[in-house]
Amino acid sequence: MDGGLRHISRRRFLVQSATLTALGTAALALPNVSAEEPKAPDNPMRVPGALPRPYGERAPFEQQMRLGGGGPGAPHGWGANAPNNFNSLTPLQDLHGVITPSSLHFERHHNGVPLIDPARHRLMIHGLVERPMVFTREDLERLPDVSRLAFVECSGNTWDGWRNEPGDFTVQDTHGLTSTSEWTGVKLSTLLDVVGARREASWMLAEGSDAAGLDRSVPLTNDVIEEAIICYGQNGEALRPEQGYPLRLLLPGFEGNINVKWLRRLKLGTEPFMTRWETAKYTDLLPNGKAYQFSLVMDAKSVITNPSGKQQIQPGLQEIRGLAWTGRGKVTKVEVSADGGRTWQAAELQDPVLAKCHTRFRLPWRWKGQEAILQSRCIDETGYVQPTREALVKVRGTNSTYHYNGIQSWKVERDGRVRNIYA
Amino acid sequence: MDEYGISMRRLLLIGIGTCILGLTCIFTVSSAEENGTWQVGRAATKDEIKAWNIDVSSTGEGLPAGQGTVKQGVQVFAAKCAMCHGPTGTEGPKDKLVGGRNTLASPKPVRTVGSYWPYAPTLYDYINRAMPFNAPGSLTPEEIYSVIAWLLFKNEIVPEDAVMDAKSLPQVQMPNRDGFIPDQRPDVP
Repeated sequence: MDGGLRHISRRRFLVQSATLTALGTAALALPNVSAEEPKAPDNPMRVPGALPRPYGERAPFEQQMRLGGGGPGAPHGWGANAPNNFNSLTPLQDLHGVITPSSLHFERHHNGVPLIDPARHRLMIHGLVERPMVFTREDLERLPDVSRLAFVECSGNTWDGWRNEPGDFTVQDTHGLTSTSEWTGVKLSTLLDVVGARREASWMLAEGSDAAGLDRSVPLTNDVIEEAIICYGQNGEALRPEQGYPLRLLLPGFEGNINVKWLRRLKLGTEPFMTRWETAKYTDLLPNGKAYQFSLVMDAKSVITNPSGKQQIQPGLQEIRGLAWTGRGKVTKVEVSADGGRTWQAAELQDPVLAKCHTRFRLPWRWKGQEAILQSRCIDETGYVQPTREALVKVRGTNSTYHYNGIQSWKVERDGRVRNIYA
Repeated sequence: MDEYGISMRRLLLIGIGTCILGLTCIFTVSSAEENGTWQVGRAATKDEIKAWNIDVSSTGEGLPAGQGTVKQGVQVFAAKCAMCHGPTGTEGPKDKLVGGRNTLASPKPVRTVGSYWPYAPTLYDYINRAMPFNAPGSLTPEEIYSVIAWLLFKNEIVPEDAVMDAKSLPQVQMPNRDGFIPDQRPDVP
């Protein structure tokens, strides 16, 4: 895709962003790309190894990376399209287990990643509360904390599935806007107690301190109050800037956009605020011209990550591997088909299976060189079965943009090449 | 027993003492939580709330003083918006803002301010906080009201002599006001 592209330096990217911001430059900073050839000794047993270092990096031979992306139909990568990228996709085909390394967590932002000094950052909670208050990150860290694993998925993930023709895609292209982390922070309910939320408060505006000032209305249902976390931690360290440093809202199972990053304000009210993000965007247009609004939960979904689009397999025994998840609780079953959905076999689920979290599945499969169509379907604890693309499109048409969760089909050709198809 | 220099009686006393101490601690911690007396955060001042409370609701709550006309909006749009949205708001390259009426149920829907956006006051909320893309938050209330007036005029929603302010903007009926329905999922049989 990008020829010699090997390594993207986060530090340089941040420094560059900060410099541009300081200069008041309008353009967003482009990722800095440099090639560094790793040099390993002939025999690592004959030379002393490296000394301890303060902050670890992956082995220089590991080059898995996020893939830059724009809107539907826009090319992916870090080449000429980079100035128009507004997201980056997780390399699901390269990952093990269910945790997404923070450096590979997908990104979606609406006017760049802000660089925020945590010492100057504040969270204000006001509106229908007894005590409007301002908190620092340090304040929040002193409150009782909670950690949980949860996926965050952009509701635009797999939006290319709505296209009439399947693109020549990898699983990173199609499904890379979902990631799982361990998130740590304060329960929303704890903070609502501290500020004395009024009984009549039924909606909450959450606002970010990015250049988009992204604002979303959150319904204060029992589930939300019980599960929402104001996070400062991700996979054991502070949130990454791309995931909302220093504070973000986490609403497990809800579409990514409402998990407001760089959180600076919560305002309690009695009605949704009807911001641009929950009207003009993130609504699902149906064939009759009406659109679903506040379609917040991410429905059950799964995808085979190996083998997947643009990979090449060899005859013999393989392990089919993939990820399944649902915003409505736990995955109870994943079934795999090698014949385009005519027959299904239950895959093994890797323990622990956690609610609203990526779940790893696997199934051994012997490939004898025949044409095959590999599919997986997720069944969740509500009994919901991931639909075929055909069934989904029959109800929602092809104009929805968001919330595509149809069964993914990978065609294995006789020569072992794997490609994205509609089946 | 005695070889450790401690008698059963002393052990018992220490045990009871520890229990009492433990219970006291539990009681202290739980009562602090129940009373919401975590000593964190501070009261927000009225001035702070005023400065931060920038959102504008669908009914126009939060709209500031000031006003703008279609005529002024022509200039604001040309100077600050047209480079991304096109000279007439239809060309792009970024979001199309004008036109698209009666396309939502077609194979190629065009979602614009005129065809899709359901509440006029939230145009203020969005433009004020996020536009222009290269200098968000830089427009004055007059410029924002003006550019909204121009957008609504170009979408044939208000007449050319319309004046937009905190009173008139909430009165504007958007064409797609009733275009949204609650989430119907699970909706696929």
